[in-house]
Amino acid sequence: MVDAVLFELLHTEMVAELWAPDSDLDPGPGGQRTSLQVLEGVGFRVGQALGERLPREMLAFREELDVLKFLCKDLWGAVFQKQMDSLRTNHQGTYILQDSSFPLLVHVGSGLQYLEEAPKFLAFTCGLLRGTLSTLGIKSLVSASVAALPACKFQVVIERS
Amino acid sequence: MAVCVAVIAKENYPLYIRSVPTENELKFHYMVHTSLDVVDEKISAMGKALVDQRELYLGLLYPTEDYKVYGYVTNSKVKFVMVVDSSNTALRDNEIRSMFRKLHNSYTDVMCNPFYNPGDRIQSRQRVEGQVSSLNWTVSLCRAFDSMVTSMMIQVC
Repeated sequence: MVDAVLFELLHTEMVAELWAPDSDLDPGPGGQRTSLQVLEGVGFRVGQALGERLPREMLAFREELDVLKFLCKDLWGAVFQKQMDSLRTNHQGTYILQDSSFPLLVHVGSGLQYLEEAPKFLAFTCGLLRGTLSTLGIKSLVSASVAALPACKFQVVIERS
Repeated sequence: MAVCVAVIAKENYPLYIRSVPTENELKFHYMVHTSLDVVDEKISAMGKALVDQRELYLGLLYPTEDYKVYGYVTNSKVKFVMVVDSSNTALRDNEIRSMFRKLHNSYTDVMCNPFYNPGDRIQSRQRVEGQVSSLNWTVSLCRAFDSMVTSMMIQVC
């Protein structure tokens, strides 16, 4: 159970390090966008590896909804030791995953305080979802939004070619 | 007792292919290539069947007079193809399944290697120039994959 704490601490440090106002990096909105991209990229690579390792003992997925359910139950369970609270879809390729108490935001605060700081704590997880989906053969765009800490919503839009 | 082992990526190009060096390698490459059609057929057949569960192990793909070809597909659509000598009749289905399981585990380890870019060929580079530390990791993990495959090919009957 210690790995959960270690992961949270590592994640906090990653965000702090990439967000630190550095004289080399552009401190304005351009530099911050790069930090978000870097975090998302890291999450993507981790997601690719997890997408290979976690479904190993499972039988093949039959359809897209199965993959999303796998994300909500098994991926969330493995990384955050809890399951996603709700999954909604419009059956046209958009899925909304809701978590009412996201572990990486729980220690940041609760309510509306620090709302503008929340997105950088979600970038890694967005990348994680996108990476896992990409290994399982689904190209997607993942974005996150926070209405009030620590509840957050992840929106997954499947790209149909 | 496998004479050839191949790992094929989702886009149907080989990530890793290794055969017993005494034989003509081109022949095995060709066999693996033709077996991809059979794999695709089996995958689409599974999709249409009304079976509840879909298995990862595909079983015997096709037999030739000297060899038998077995297939396995992962959830990420990476295919493993194994060519086995027909003369060795002692090989049971269970053993083939366990060989594929070991292959899958080793492949997952390679995937989790941070220095491995998904989609690259799986090879252990012997040259050491400059980036020593990163190369050591890649070399050791790909070498582990290599040695696991070697153990499958030189299993003494």
